Amino acid sequence: MSETNEPEILFGIYCPPHPQPLLSPEASEGYSNLRAAYDECRKRIEESEADIIIVYSTTWPSIIGHQIQALEKAVWTHVDDDFHYLGSMPYEFHMDTQFAHSMRENCEKRGLEARTVEYEGFPIDTGSVVALQLLNPENRIPTCILSSNMYSNRSETIVLGKAVRDTLAQQNKKAVVVVVSSLSNRMFTEHIDPKEDRIHSQKDDDWNRKILEFFDDGRLEDLSQLSRDIHGQIRVQKVVAYKPAWWLAATMGQHNNYDGEVLAYEALHGSGGAVITLTPSTGSVGDKEFDEDDVEFYRGDRNVLDKGMLE
Amino acid sequence: MAKGQIVAGCLAPHPPHLVYADNPPQNEAYSEGGWETLRWGYQRLARKLKDIDYDAIVIFTPHWQTYIGTHFLGLPEFKSKSVDPVFPNLFRYNYDLQVDVELSEAMRDAASEEGIITKMMTNPDFRVDYGTITSCHLLNPEWDKPIVTISSNRNTHYYSPEVMIEQATALGRACAKAIEESGKRVVLVASHSLSHRHFVEEAPLPEDMSKEHIYNHSQYVWDMKIVEMMREGKSREVIDIMPEFTEQTIAETEGGGLIWMLGAMGFPDFPAEIYGYQSVIGTGNVIACWDPNDDTREYVL
Repeated sequence: MSETNEPEILFGIYCPPHPQPLLSPEASEGYSNLRAAYDECRKRIEESEADIIIVYSTTWPSIIGHQIQALEKAVWTHVDDDFHYLGSMPYEFHMDTQFAHSMRENCEKRGLEARTVEYEGFPIDTGSVVALQLLNPENRIPTCILSSNMYSNRSETIVLGKAVRDTLAQQNKKAVVVVVSSLSNRMFTEHIDPKEDRIHSQKDDDWNRKILEFFDDGRLEDLSQLSRDIHGQIRVQKVVAYKPAWWLAATMGQHNNYDGEVLAYEALHGSGGAVITLTPSTGSVGDKEFDEDDVEFYRGDRNVLDKGMLE
Repeated sequence: MAKGQIVAGCLAPHPPHLVYADNPPQNEAYSEGGWETLRWGYQRLARKLKDIDYDAIVIFTPHWQTYIGTHFLGLPEFKSKSVDPVFPNLFRYNYDLQVDVELSEAMRDAASEEGIITKMMTNPDFRVDYGTITSCHLLNPEWDKPIVTISSNRNTHYYSPEVMIEQATALGRACAKAIEESGKRVVLVASHSLSHRHFVEEAPLPEDMSKEHIYNHSQYVWDMKIVEMMREGKSREVIDIMPEFTEQTIAETEGGGLIWMLGAMGFPDFPAEIYGYQSVIGTGNVIACWDPNDDTREYVL
């Protein structure tokens, strides 16, 4: 592995996991706008020279470390737990198995527990299915999907992103990286008319728009540093904490040198759905410095409990 | 028509490890065994159920997580392969199961009348969750009874454990009413563990029992407190203490299954039968049965 080679990440995409833009884009103007934004991203990917699309999905929780999809052809028909009435999602995805296996090795070199999964019928999650169906429908570019470990937090997630960089540099591959995540994630708890869909609360909307300002300014590292606040303010604690900005920054580069573009921001059954691109650039914005330590290697639990009572 | 009734309520944890350890023909993975305390407990409870006359199993699962109301399986048959997203190395199970759609719709209607948001699931491509498959396989390996699966509406996530208690209890009452009106004899199943903190590493041989133990002593002590109250017939107290238990042990009770089941049974004050307690990859699991029949209720362990 080259220690000095910088990986070439062409651009990053932040997109929502819910299936409406794939299954019912015509049901509302908002869903249709999100679909158009996905289509624009698809076009940009097609026009890029990407060798691989790497997906970090917040709707694929794992327990045994970090799981990496490695089945060469993943074929199934997926149905969403909540939105099953919108229809089925048949898929065939082509994985970059060479990348997946090297990714596991590089995770382990950085102290992470990781494993590849290669099983026919493995239940690829709604977020990954929606993103890959819309961004890479003809499998023009091989992909890799990474899980979100439910017990991991900042350190592990940042190290996971760095393992992606190691692997890209090692294989000299150009990548488009995709985070699948809502902004605010509180949905309405009853069935609604899609035409009346809106962000669940004013507070969620305010925070979402502030986050979008940061994205628009290319302030990815600032968003990474704000993740804990975002989680506390507008995230319902479901299975995993709000980690996508940590992973995206660690993978693309922990700075604010990006051209950001918010292609769409709409409600998805009350949650905040945005399609955003971040392209590496030279100019930096923001006036913040941070004191949270950068992490290169994950050392596991600090064994605080074993240290006993302080004398 | 005679009134329907709940003939048993089972707390039936669903670690896929237990099916893996059993090596049934439906599962693709092969093991050398493991987790016998739980598996033997399940076998004994399955034998008891064989001696009970019943028409259907109604199971509440935390692995069909819905945020927009409570959903019910609504087609007569589901046939597919269930692959555990967390332990795919252990669980790739080919299932072919029957659903009691009439009972499912009746429970859905009763729940709706109670003001609970509901939805029938009628997409034939839907994959039944592995919690349902695991608990039902272990309780009835012959799969000779129809089932109804009820999703876990995530009230704990969206509101609080206290709201979950209110909502799941109301759902339980509604299901009990529908069962009574159906004339059917039904076994209820709450499919989940107690304490639920996992190890994030797996032994090279997952069934290596020399590596298996509870995640920490605190989890164990909490689990034992709950089991003790179950033995003493204090089901109402189990529910009262549940918010703290769930928070302290990251318990899978957060999904609402046990609350739903005990609520449907009117919070029984008779002792639960205990069939076994063991850890699986650090989580705490008890198999328990509430048998409302004084003549058949046993002191098992």
